[in-house]
Amino acid sequence: MSVTVKIPTQLRAATGGQSEVEVAGATVGEVLDAVFDAHGDLRERITQDGDLRRFVNVYVSGEDIRFQQGLETSIDDGAEVTILPAVAGG
Amino acid sequence: MSIESLKCKECGTAYALDASYVCENCFGPLEVAYDYSSLDPVEVKRRIQAGSQGIWRYADFLPFEGRPNDPLEPGLTPLVRADRLAERLGTEAEIWIKNDAANPTHSFKDRVVAVAVAKAHELGFETVACASTGNLANAVAAHAAAAGLDSYVFVPANLEEQKLLATGVYGTNLVGVRGNYDDVNRLCTQLAESRPWAFVNVNLRPYYAEGSKTLAYETVEQLSWELPDRVVSPIASGSLFTKLGRGFQEWLDLGLVAGKQPIFNGAQARGCSPVATAFAEGWDVCKPQKPETIAKSLAIGDPADGPYAVEHARRTGGGIDSVDDAEIRAGIKLLAETTGIFTETAGGVTVGVLKKLAERGELAAGERVVVYITGEGLKTLDATRDTFQMHEIDPDLDSFEAEFRQEVNV
Repeated sequence: MSVTVKIPTQLRAATGGQSEVEVAGATVGEVLDAVFDAHGDLRERITQDGDLRRFVNVYVSGEDIRFQQGLETSIDDGAEVTILPAVAGG
Repeated sequence: MSIESLKCKECGTAYALDASYVCENCFGPLEVAYDYSSLDPVEVKRRIQAGSQGIWRYADFLPFEGRPNDPLEPGLTPLVRADRLAERLGTEAEIWIKNDAANPTHSFKDRVVAVAVAKAHELGFETVACASTGNLANAVAAHAAAAGLDSYVFVPANLEEQKLLATGVYGTNLVGVRGNYDDVNRLCTQLAESRPWAFVNVNLRPYYAEGSKTLAYETVEQLSWELPDRVVSPIASGSLFTKLGRGFQEWLDLGLVAGKQPIFNGAQARGCSPVATAFAEGWDVCKPQKPETIAKSLAIGDPADGPYAVEHARRTGGGIDSVDDAEIRAGIKLLAETTGIFTETAGGVTVGVLKKLAERGELAAGERVVVYITGEGLKTLDATRDTFQMHEIDPDLDSFEAEFRQEVNV
C-alpha cells in the first residue's frame, strides 16, 4: 500500500530536502513509523513519548486526524498524508 | 532596547530575525526575544508620553529599530468607565470598557497588522496576505493599500457580508474559500511554503502577535500607570489573550508599573470553545472543534495559542468560559444600552462572560475590571436583527399619539 507523505519546509533538513516521501502503511501511525525508519531525525522533531507533539497537525486527504481516529486513522492506498505546523492563524 | 532573535516558546532554540514562525527542532511557535537590560524605565516612560497618539508610542517594545512609517497608525482607543453596566450586572466591581473598535478598520486587528505590514516592508516583501475570520481581512486590505503593497486576503466564503464589503473596497485580491476558518488557515500555511508573500499570521506571525501587547500598555497608561485587577478578553487563537499577559509582564519586569499580573478571564462562544473546554477538562492541549456559532470572528476550531491561553488563565487564578448565541446577542444589547458602545458578536461573547462572572459572584467589590471590546457592531448587523421593534407611523400627530398613547402624557 503506497502513501505519499508531504513534508513541510521546516522539516526538510531531516529528509535531505525531499518535500514528499513515499512509504507503505495501513494507519497514520504505521505510515509515520515508516517515514521515521527512512529519516530518523524526524521522529524526535515531531513526536514525544510516542505521541505527536502538541504543535503538529496531520491531515489525511485534507481532514485533521483528530477528527478521525488520530494515529489509528486508517489510510487508503494512494492517499495523501500532510504534516503541517499548528502554530499559524488567529 | 535591542531585539535579540526569534526564539522557540517550547524549547528555546534561537533563530534569525527573518520571516519564519516554526521551530525546526520541535515544531513549537517562535516569538520575538528582546534584551531590555539597557532600558531605563524613567527614560522609557518619558519617550512614551512624548510619543505619537497611537501604538508607535510603545516602539521600545515592538520589533523594530526606531519607528516605522505608518500612515494608518492605530491605537490609543478609549478606555471608559462603565458604571451603568456594573449596576445592571449587580456588581460593585469597577468595570472599564476598552473600546478597540475605535481603530482605523474598527477592530483590534489594526494593531497586529500595523506591526506585520511594517515588518513585511522592512524585510522587502511586495505582497502581504492573511487567513482571516473577517476583521483581519479588513485590516490587511486597508494597511496594504496605505503602504502601497499588493495583498491577498483569504476568508471563509460564508463570512458576514459587511466584512466582505469592508475588505473588497480596498482593492485587495479577496479569496473566499469554501470551508471553515481552519480550512483557510491550512491552505494559507501550505501557500506560505511556495509563495514569496508575507502572510501576516503565518510566516510573519511572531512579529504580528507583538502588536497585541500595545493593548496592555495602553490599559496601564490610561489607568494612570496602574494595573487592572482583572481582565476579560475574547479568545479565538489565544494570541491576544497571551500577549496581553506578556505586555503586562514586560512592564512589571521593567518596573514601569507595580503590582502583579491581573486575573485573566477568557471568553469563547459555546459553538466554538476548544480553549474553554481544555480549561474545564484540565487538558494542556486543545481538542479541535468544528465551529457552529454566530461569533464568526472567534470561530477558530484549532487555536494555535490555545495551550498558552489555558496556562495563563490557570497561572493568574482566572478561567475561560463560553456563552451561547442567545447570550451573545444579549451581551451586545446590554453593552449598547448601558455604554453607548455597539460591538460585534465577539464583544457580545466577552460581555456575556462578564455577566456570568458577576452572576457567580466572582467580581469583588471595588475590584477594577477591564473588558476588551475588540470589534465594531456594524460588522455583524445580523446579530441585532429582531432584538427590538421599530414604531412605524404616518407623518401626522394623530398617528404618533395613537402609537404612543400608553407612554405619552399630555
